[in-house]
Amino acid sequence: MKEDIRSGFISNLPVAVSVMAYGSVLGMLAAQKNIQWTELMFMNVFVFAGTAQFVMVEMWKNSLPVIEITIAVLVINLRYVLIGASLRTLFEGKALKHKMAVMHLVADENWAVTMAALKSGKANTYFLLGGGLCLLTSWCFGTLLGHSLGAVIKNPEAYALDFAFVAVFTALAFSMWQGKRNVVPWIAAAVFAVAAEKMLPGKWYVLIGGMGGAAVEAFLWGKGDNTNDR
Amino acid sequence: MTDNLMVFITILCSAAVTYSLRLGGLLLSEKLPSSGKFKIFMDALPGTLLLSLIAPGIASSGLWGGIAAICTAVCTYRTGNVFLAMITGVGIVALSRYFC
Repeated sequence: MKEDIRSGFISNLPVAVSVMAYGSVLGMLAAQKNIQWTELMFMNVFVFAGTAQFVMVEMWKNSLPVIEITIAVLVINLRYVLIGASLRTLFEGKALKHKMAVMHLVADENWAVTMAALKSGKANTYFLLGGGLCLLTSWCFGTLLGHSLGAVIKNPEAYALDFAFVAVFTALAFSMWQGKRNVVPWIAAAVFAVAAEKMLPGKWYVLIGGMGGAAVEAFLWGKGDNTNDR
Repeated sequence: MTDNLMVFITILCSAAVTYSLRLGGLLLSEKLPSSGKFKIFMDALPGTLLLSLIAPGIASSGLWGGIAAICTAVCTYRTGNVFLAMITGVGIVALSRYFC
């Protein structure tokens, strides 16, 4: 068990480097929004989902929109249902307590590393947990580093740090690009979002654009159940 | 100044939702459809959601913002490196503000 945790930890070190770099950006943005480092750590440990935390920080303001943030986190993290579902065979025969303990530290990165290791038969749930611990460590370290740097920078506009949000989400969005089939749904999502932002208060445009675009995709490609068609 | 209790509640709600999805996916895995419209919708969601988050921002960020966003997208697509792509986008906007 200890050996598996260790091996999972080590296998995730290469991705941990980019997780740390990515975390430092989050820390910097959080500092610009006057989020305390203790609050950030609290978020790191309990939410532990990179993209969702970026969304949370982006939506953060003096009177916190709790409901909008919670729904946005729910929608952005819906993919974890699929990730969780894909781990069924790995967790086969494990007690509920064990499932409950390990699942919290499942993120995109250690999931991907575990799935890759599973192909060569080296992975188990402790390996997955070790990866989660590795990511949590680097994530906390990176965000703290960014937070202390961000607090020092007095004129973030000069370094275009206000554009960092747009840039990081553009990059994240296009890392999920699935090819030509996305063209129409993505245009629809952008149009829905821009229109909703003009017409509705708050952050509802995020959900309207996101769910609208995904619905267009399901409508366009869902016919005849040709799911393998790209 | 943000109310401490509200910060606590916000983070706790987000944490509860995220944890439920992680554990729920595993526990309900036998009952989820693995094909069809639902699967396509779920697969498409992360991308369209992230795009929606930034679309109004890009639309109102002017010429250089638009150029930077396109470069970031192309860089991500070509290199697959999110961090590098982000630095590219921020760098372009920073330079445009410095020189223009």
